[in-house]
Amino acid sequence: MTSTTSVLGGVVRRREDPALIHGRARYVDDIKLANMAHAAFVRSPYPHAKVTEIDATAALAMDGVYAVYTAADVQHLGPLLAQVAVVSRPLLVETAKHVGDAVAMIVAADRYTAQDAAEAVFVDYDVLPSVTDMVKAATDEILVHDGMESNTIITWEGGPFGDDEGIATSKAAIADAKARDDTVTVSLTMKNQRLIPTAIEPRSVLADWNGGYGRFDLYSSTQIPHALAGAVAKTFGLPYNSVRCLAQEVGGGFGCKLNIYNDEILVCFASQKLGRPVKWTETRREAANSTIQGRGWVATATMVGTRDGEVLGYELTGVCDMGAYTQNFTAAIPFLGVFVGSGQYKMPTYMKLDCVVTHTMTTDAYRGAGRPEAIYYLERILDAFAREIDMDPADVRRKNYVPADQFPGAMSPIGFAMDTGDYEMNLDAALAKAGYDDMKAERDAARAEGRHVGVGLTSYVEVCGFGPSALVDLGFSWSEYGLPSAFNGNGVVRVHPDGTVTCVIGTGPSGQGHQTTWAQIISHHLSIPIEKVRVIHGDTHESPVGIGSFGSRSAAVDGSATWMAADRVREKAATLAAHLLEAAAEDIRFAEDGAHVAGSPYHKVGWSDIATLAYQPHRLPEGIEGGLEAAVVFSPANATWPFGTHLAMVEVDADTGDVEILRYFGMDDCGNVINPMIVDGQVHGGIAQGVGQALFEEAVYDEDGNLLTASLMDYLLPTASDLPLFELDRTVTPTDVNPMGVKGIGEAGTIGSAQTIVNAVVDALAPLGVKHIEMPLRPKRVWQAIQDAKGA
Amino acid sequence: MHVSMSVNGAEVQADVEPRTLLVHFLREDLALTGTHVGCETSYCGACTVHVDGVAVKSCTMLAAQADGAQVTTIEGMAADGELHPVQEGFWERHGLQCGYCTPGMIMSAVALLAENPDPSEDEIRHGIEGNLCRCTGYHNIVRAIEYAGAKLRGETPPPAEWEATT
Repeated sequence: MTSTTSVLGGVVRRREDPALIHGRARYVDDIKLANMAHAAFVRSPYPHAKVTEIDATAALAMDGVYAVYTAADVQHLGPLLAQVAVVSRPLLVETAKHVGDAVAMIVAADRYTAQDAAEAVFVDYDVLPSVTDMVKAATDEILVHDGMESNTIITWEGGPFGDDEGIATSKAAIADAKARDDTVTVSLTMKNQRLIPTAIEPRSVLADWNGGYGRFDLYSSTQIPHALAGAVAKTFGLPYNSVRCLAQEVGGGFGCKLNIYNDEILVCFASQKLGRPVKWTETRREAANSTIQGRGWVATATMVGTRDGEVLGYELTGVCDMGAYTQNFTAAIPFLGVFVGSGQYKMPTYMKLDCVVTHTMTTDAYRGAGRPEAIYYLERILDAFAREIDMDPADVRRKNYVPADQFPGAMSPIGFAMDTGDYEMNLDAALAKAGYDDMKAERDAARAEGRHVGVGLTSYVEVCGFGPSALVDLGFSWSEYGLPSAFNGNGVVRVHPDGTVTCVIGTGPSGQGHQTTWAQIISHHLSIPIEKVRVIHGDTHESPVGIGSFGSRSAAVDGSATWMAADRVREKAATLAAHLLEAAAEDIRFAEDGAHVAGSPYHKVGWSDIATLAYQPHRLPEGIEGGLEAAVVFSPANATWPFGTHLAMVEVDADTGDVEILRYFGMDDCGNVINPMIVDGQVHGGIAQGVGQALFEEAVYDEDGNLLTASLMDYLLPTASDLPLFELDRTVTPTDVNPMGVKGIGEAGTIGSAQTIVNAVVDALAPLGVKHIEMPLRPKRVWQAIQDAKGA
Repeated sequence: MHVSMSVNGAEVQADVEPRTLLVHFLREDLALTGTHVGCETSYCGACTVHVDGVAVKSCTMLAAQADGAQVTTIEGMAADGELHPVQEGFWERHGLQCGYCTPGMIMSAVALLAENPDPSEDEIRHGIEGNLCRCTGYHNIVRAIEYAGAKLRGETPPPAEWEATT
């Protein structure tokens, strides 16, 4: 496990860990700069209110308070930039659009004083009518923004996406199927509740304007340092390379740090204005109220099919909650749901999702981002269909999969080409390994004893590893941030004269272990001990323009770029080694920290010999340039489509409504695997977040727009005692769109799990007549569903 | 007001505002930033330290309340340069991802094993339920603590799952 030369696919202890387990890692809030000031915000307590007066006299009179800024002070900077900007967020507001909207910023000598001063600012509000419920907002009785005719800001329709004729054909096919008298139609309206991502590290940002150099040093807990550097540069009219964004230790992201925030821009403004570094770290309450939330859909899923299990049509129509403003990806998240809307299946599919603004905090990407929602609806209704026709859920799925012989490049009914897949193989492996028949027998035996035990089974497919740079033509680009594309992979591999290697990457990890994984890629490719490889990320002055870690894309796209860069270095090193060994380059083999001639392992040179030669151009053969490094920008031909099968066995206590997970099993397929330990860790965490949605978590706004779940006392995260050990295995279906054959695994666990739990609970209670329970399945709700079913 | 205490074996003293939280005293005054703030309400446990040998959430304790106490933080766990078995367990069993909850989690695990040297899986889970982790799903944290428990008992830790399956 601690071997010095890694092979791809091997377990290597993480190189990130020593600093973290010693408490020596430096997160943003750990950084202290000379003369540093602290910011705090005055935030609206109302969901919709015009600010009529701000009196900061008392605050400014306090010792150690340097400044109070309001909307008028920052108007010239414009609104917050966003990649998909439909309704932009002002940096500071004159009219608040959600509880937590920032009205004023205080800068003071220390964080206690800043918070005291924030409380001393007097703000008078004219409270306006508000709408926090998305279904109500969709009626347009109360408009969230002046000058807009409707709260519906965009509608995503697919079946196939972007093909009106195809949509008409799909709709007709579904209608025909429903009209047949030998078919069964099931329909459920279900909520996919809002969630608060809740990285345990609160967001933190520290701006240091260096007037002498005309440069911002900006430390931020962000998943997207390059986009942030671009946004700051564009906002302040600076060249891109005058902003150095540093995101070196990020304590969890899950999408909530995949955004540009007004606070990040505002601390830059204050630092420039005051000539001193300014830091702001959110409180947990702010993390709930003012950092993006996720999910928030209400939709009706309808499925029609024959009694022998052939699905003839699937429809999903609903409303998606955008919150008050659109930030980075907000309006695009439901589109990601459309992307995977037909799942692994071949039935005609029609989807229509209305994206609606409300007087609540913005929603955006939360782990899975659109895909968990879409798969939830599909797999829940498929389960209901299976139950209605009394067929085993595994058999119904098997019958409707896109067959393996259509890959690579199978076209999903919703209109996207999928890379590789073999769904039935994965299902079979899952059923065998989990012991599906035994699980069912165990369930039936428990039922015979009067216990409420259920088995849930689901399939999932996700789309990730974005992706082709051509996505800019669909409107996904970072051009608003001054960057050309969101979706390239970037890798730089540089061999130093002593034979050590530095790899510089543009992704921005937040716990995924890139320093280890990338070192494995290079170590494997160059036969260099992993200890000699150093991986640098999260510094926009050092790394190539990379776009960060999200959408399970880093290994597939940036990892592949690094692989290709290592390839080029290896090719040149072979020429240099050939020169040193007086052999032909094609006879050079790399092994054990050096190169040798094929067939004579003792006829060898070390990497330090090769690299030393590279930096002494006078010794090089004619026509060979000095240096030993390569930089690659990689755009894959397609996104990747991981898939899998998850099973859960649960027991419900009918007296209390408590749900206990007896077993959780996942059979995932993310293509080739670089470090199985890290991949399994990603799946564990992903499942925990899906289980969190299924059983515990919900962001709740009351009718007055207050977020009732703005602390960890009210927003329930799963604790260690709520979860079981997870049983995992995998099948391996490499992708054909990148040279490593890897697909991505960051979100799979989340995409596969919530509906697996709900299906299991519904299975447990089906004998009582329960057909559906809304997430989160907390005891009271489960108990109530049992009572309702009994009553009915 | 004036406070003095022993932190990781060193005597420290300072003048602080009476309302200064222990976690802020450690982080801001002593620059011991390994102890983290995650929620300010004692729920997440990222701020867990030992005060007189007991695991305490330092975000809801005043520095003044720790006056005269022996405080140990994550920085004091490998003071002699050698990893504490719990730290080693977290590394060996991939018990951390982003690492933000890790110092508090390690401090709680050390206290748990001091109280119960051979905990069952269930006892481990209940022992750390005051510490939230958003990355790992706790699976490998449980394994890390099992590893550390075995080490502390002088036993050979059970093999890692990946060693057992490959």
